[in-house]
Amino acid sequence: MTTLVAAPPRIAVVVFPGTWSERDFAHVAGAVLGWEANLVWHTETDLGHPDAVVLPGGFAHGDHLRTGAIARFSPVMRAITDFAAAGGPVIGSCNGFQVLTEAGILPGALLRNDHLEFRCDWQSLRVERPAACPAWLGDLADGELIRLPISHGEGRYVADAATLDALEADGRVVLRYADEGGEVTDAANPNGSARGIAGIVNERGNVLGLMPHPERAAEEEVGGTDGLRLFRSLQEWLNEQPAAAERRL
Amino acid sequence: MLRPGIADPEGQTVASALRSLGYATVAEVRSGKLLRIGFEADDRDAAERAVADMCRRLLANPVMEVASWELTPQPAPAEAS
Repeated sequence: MTTLVAAPPRIAVVVFPGTWSERDFAHVAGAVLGWEANLVWHTETDLGHPDAVVLPGGFAHGDHLRTGAIARFSPVMRAITDFAAAGGPVIGSCNGFQVLTEAGILPGALLRNDHLEFRCDWQSLRVERPAACPAWLGDLADGELIRLPISHGEGRYVADAATLDALEADGRVVLRYADEGGEVTDAANPNGSARGIAGIVNERGNVLGLMPHPERAAEEEVGGTDGLRLFRSLQEWLNEQPAAAERRL
Repeated sequence: MLRPGIADPEGQTVASALRSLGYATVAEVRSGKLLRIGFEADDRDAAERAVADMCRRLLANPVMEVASWELTPQPAPAEAS
């Protein structure tokens, strides 16, 4: 008798020259969760049929010109654009978020922190309308407060007022910098981001960009596990996708 | 150069430093990036088009930046024999 067991999720973690968080993402996916995590060099044109794609943090191509400006033209970006257009789950954290905005996959841009300092700290974040992004936030509740590390010098989210209004009206702002009571205040905003925006999703809801690092909050030893809930959300979402489940059988 | 209206903390810091040096009339500093690009073009129009294209596709992000440029014609390099 043959028993079919669903294979664990397979994620592609994209590596540009200067990326630095790829091994943390691969560690969480592989060692913590038992998933398959493949590092994909930026010159590749084939992602290897993943269930989800991760654009990790770092300094792709040295952040020269602008953060993400050169990475946007790396050969792998075509495959990522196609994967996202087909509805595949994509997450861009920190530098990955910057790459997604430069590529035009997400609106807006990320500029130098308003205080000009690099900020590395734990940060409280308010989750808003997570249903807009079921693949990455399905396990989280509207209004919930989570804690994730931030680590960036250029995280000030900007967009023109019309774009910001449209994002809010469509419920596509899914994470905001908040204080420990859950209030979005200037004092709690670590970089001067417009309207305290820490994370947004694309129109379809499958591409999440966020400045914080979920991969750095996935084990108790490092101070928190809230980041793991984004991975769990993905796993639950994949289990509900007939196509994904079939592929992984 | 950052678009007007987009906060430029680097420019503000430089402005503040200039004022503290005694340049009390400094009202504003906007920071930007200067690139010098050497390239060949058939004529001035072609060079204009090429630079405009470079700015649009890579050098400036229209979400937050505006680009301007000056062309300085140089003699064509001698053909290698």
